[in-house]
Amino acid sequence: MLREGEVRIPSGCAISGIMNKKGEVFSGHDIIQSIALMHDRSNGLGGGFAAYGIYPDFPDHYAFHLFYESAEAKEKTETYLNMLFHIAESGKIPTRRVPSVKNAPLAWRYFAKPKPDALFEDESEDELVVRAVMYINAHFSGSFVVSSGKNMGAFKGVGYPEEMGEYFRLEEYKGYIWTAHGRFPTNTPGWWGGAHPFTLLDWSIVHNGEISSYGANRRFLEMFGYKLTMQTDTEAITYAFDLLLRKQNIPLDIAIATLAAPFWRDIERMSLEKQTLYKAVRTVYGNLLLNGPFSIILGSNKGIVALNDRLKLRSLVAATKADVLYIASEESAIREICPEPEKIWAPRGGEPVIGLFEEGGIQK
Amino acid sequence: MTISMSTPDFLIERDRDRCIKCQVCVRQCANEAHFWDEEEQKVKANDALCVNCHRCVTYCPTHALTIRKYPLEFRENANWTASTIKAIYRQAETGGILLTGMGNDRPYPIFWDHLLLNASQVTNPSIDPLREPMELKTFLGRKPDQLKVEDGHLVEKIPPQLELEVPIMFSAMSYGSISLNAIKSLAAAAERVGIMYNTGEGGLHKDLYKYGKNTIVQVASGRFGVHPEYLQAGAAIEIKIGQGAKPGIGGHLPGEKVGLEVSQTRMIPEGTDAISPAPHHDIYSIEDLSQLIYSLKEATQYQKPVSVKIAAVHNIAAIASGIARAGADIIAIDGFRGGTGAAPLRTRDNVGIPIELALAAVDSRLREEGIRNQVSLVVGGSIRNSADVVKAIALGADAVYIATAALVAIGCHLCQKCNTGKCNWGIATQNPQLVKRLNPEIGAERAANLIMAWEHEIKELLGGMGINAVESLRGNRLMLRGVGLSDRELNILGVLPAGE
Amino acid sequence: MKRVYAREEICGGCKLCEVHCAVAHSQYPHDIIKAFLKQETKPIARILVEEGRPISFALQCRHCEDAPCTKACITGAMQKDPVTGIVTNDETRCVGCWTCILVCPFGAIKRDESEHKVASKCDLCATVGGTPVCVQNCPNDALVFTDELWRR
Repeated sequence: MLREGEVRIPSGCAISGIMNKKGEVFSGHDIIQSIALMHDRSNGLGGGFAAYGIYPDFPDHYAFHLFYESAEAKEKTETYLNMLFHIAESGKIPTRRVPSVKNAPLAWRYFAKPKPDALFEDESEDELVVRAVMYINAHFSGSFVVSSGKNMGAFKGVGYPEEMGEYFRLEEYKGYIWTAHGRFPTNTPGWWGGAHPFTLLDWSIVHNGEISSYGANRRFLEMFGYKLTMQTDTEAITYAFDLLLRKQNIPLDIAIATLAAPFWRDIERMSLEKQTLYKAVRTVYGNLLLNGPFSIILGSNKGIVALNDRLKLRSLVAATKADVLYIASEESAIREICPEPEKIWAPRGGEPVIGLFEEGGIQK
Repeated sequence: MTISMSTPDFLIERDRDRCIKCQVCVRQCANEAHFWDEEEQKVKANDALCVNCHRCVTYCPTHALTIRKYPLEFRENANWTASTIKAIYRQAETGGILLTGMGNDRPYPIFWDHLLLNASQVTNPSIDPLREPMELKTFLGRKPDQLKVEDGHLVEKIPPQLELEVPIMFSAMSYGSISLNAIKSLAAAAERVGIMYNTGEGGLHKDLYKYGKNTIVQVASGRFGVHPEYLQAGAAIEIKIGQGAKPGIGGHLPGEKVGLEVSQTRMIPEGTDAISPAPHHDIYSIEDLSQLIYSLKEATQYQKPVSVKIAAVHNIAAIASGIARAGADIIAIDGFRGGTGAAPLRTRDNVGIPIELALAAVDSRLREEGIRNQVSLVVGGSIRNSADVVKAIALGADAVYIATAALVAIGCHLCQKCNTGKCNWGIATQNPQLVKRLNPEIGAERAANLIMAWEHEIKELLGGMGINAVESLRGNRLMLRGVGLSDRELNILGVLPAGE
Repeated sequence: MKRVYAREEICGGCKLCEVHCAVAHSQYPHDIIKAFLKQETKPIARILVEEGRPISFALQCRHCEDAPCTKACITGAMQKDPVTGIVTNDETRCVGCWTCILVCPFGAIKRDESEHKVASKCDLCATVGGTPVCVQNCPNDALVFTDELWRR
């Protein structure tokens, strides 16, 4: 049977996200409870989490989470990593036995800093990490980089999300942002790397939907050197954000107007200057428009962004209480952990929910 | 005089029970295939002169006429077909090159008909274009790799773009090859539906300047009608290198078609042959092309995108890549089934490659080289319906050029006799008696209707795929599956076989 | 009043206007084949395409404001309707003296000798109403029925 990456697998999903805007950390308990409530939106073939602020002891090291399917893969990958990075610390990611969780790969993590002489001319540390991730995923069979950002990590696998939370002992971690994903793929992805969230550097995406523009998005991103090995929307969306926000320094609101572009009929009603800008956005980045249904939560160390497709073909609800921002596929998944939110609303199609750390919070 | 061995191609059948002897057919046939026998008081026909253009059939008020293939047959022979034998008779009689009009009519594979489109089922919803916005707006021109935005402002303007409401344009047909009324029809239709028409190499007639914002002015090897106001008049400039119907061949407008108005528009003496050389004699290499591109940009203050039109030939991907690097903003590729007002038959039927393969190869190559953004791709050469348009865009085209389809909309019946100048539909002719048969108001309405009809169909097809903006289809080859194609062909097209 | 105007620049000279006019004023106004093949005498068109290639245009009675034919008519058969402005020939009163033909400045009146001699002219299809058949059947919209003087 073909594995994820060798075949494109459509899925339905549940997503959930929690963020403390003051940067105060809290355990993974709430996010597991929230995503578990939407059990029926998954089918046991994929679940996962992204957590930010969980490695305060290594805030400036790239935290690599890797899956290995063999000792040989691990050995090869580590030789490669050691060539490019100083590894400050490494070890097995702690897990506990969960009866329903089977065929787990070896999960290993490394806290690493690039070796200065490993950098190409004009290459930033981030770019080196991206290069290493693309190389490992494309060339080392049996190895997969689950996450590679600073002070963050992704935990995922084949199973229901709450099983993954239990397996990776997430209630023992404390973070200021948690996102979660429960997946309903049409067929089995076959391996743990195929679960979500998908990450690159400190970007993580949890996504519910099937974007019909995938082929166009993918071929556009490939022109900018991205290798889309997973064939998933989530991977394409992550790279789209990476291209716009990190590589090209596009402001967040413009990046959002790229992925969920305003309709021409709305652009025509804007001021002349805004018209010029949005016309240029759609002219230049038309191929990055995400078409078809999606709801996503983009996580990073700066905060989170939740976004629906411009027709709002997938459910997405947001709520706030005190310093905490909640986002989920269903309102019940928020009320499960925050029964009395101060504000709760369903964002309109194409209208982002942006949570950035407040003054005094963690701002990178 | 020795006997001619040529036999008629068509047989004119007249139902005598229906013929009212009104002689409309006699008056309509510029080939004089119908005639009135005064003595017998009957309308009769000379089958040998019939080209099967259906003018008489359409105009006959009692539907008394039928045109059939002439029933005379040669002894059955799969190799030596009737058309092959008849061509030899003609050449034996004349000693000349065989000329023809319109596009390649040989039974080569049509790849559009081996590509199938996707639709949404369950995992994502299809979109109803009657309920939701469905956007086809398209921009042609050079796109930068990235925008520079500061404080909500665009820091650098993007290069000039052609804005199309529908990703379809009327491709180049010169004044001379087609009538002024035909051009007026297309120009007015283009204005009405927000697209472009193209002057071809025939210059811009004074009556057409008012359609400037919907005009692409062409600069071809003959440089006919090129002057500063001409270059400024259009929304874009196109350098014509080649044409799908006759790659590697120039053009020849015979002197009898160069009347006063054509002569003034082309800036050549009345009655002289207008010869477009096979190559541009100032472009013998890619760096020369670059010079002409920048000369034209300089002459128009870098305000207009410059397109380069080439025929789809074997090495098309490399050539297109070179044109992109030479500074073109748009590359127009014309496939080997593209139409023409006149071409040598053997060239038309045997030179060039199908547009589907050319497009796929070029789009893939430009992406591999990371320069796909630098140019827009426009393809033509037998785009027959809206599904062809959708498939072309999914393969990677930004827009398509249509010419034959547009002419069919205004009356062309594909009789392939454009070169004779006797077009009974008033299209491919300069004979004033025939030109006035095409009412440009009716022509404009019909051509505009065609674009609007295709627009509706494209929206339906997009909606079915769960796409509501055409840019999400562009290059989205996952929306295509191949049937009845070899692995190698699928590979070149970059599409999966149906079922995978 | 509404009149039929010809647009010479797009008249192809096919004469379908003549054919349909003749049918409309024949014994079989709804059957073109019978009108031509069954009627004993050939139906006569009241519109005439004037030709001098490449120029051609269809001409019929202009229904003049001050119509000379009505003044010249010796029996009072030719009358201009004061309400509609249409000039018609009452064929029961017409004696076929052809005086109207002599005075018509446009040459728009024809002789009809199929039964008793009468002058035959355009009646703007008034008996049927609506747009005259010549206008309806012009394949190139080269005939226009309008109350404004047609200008290109």
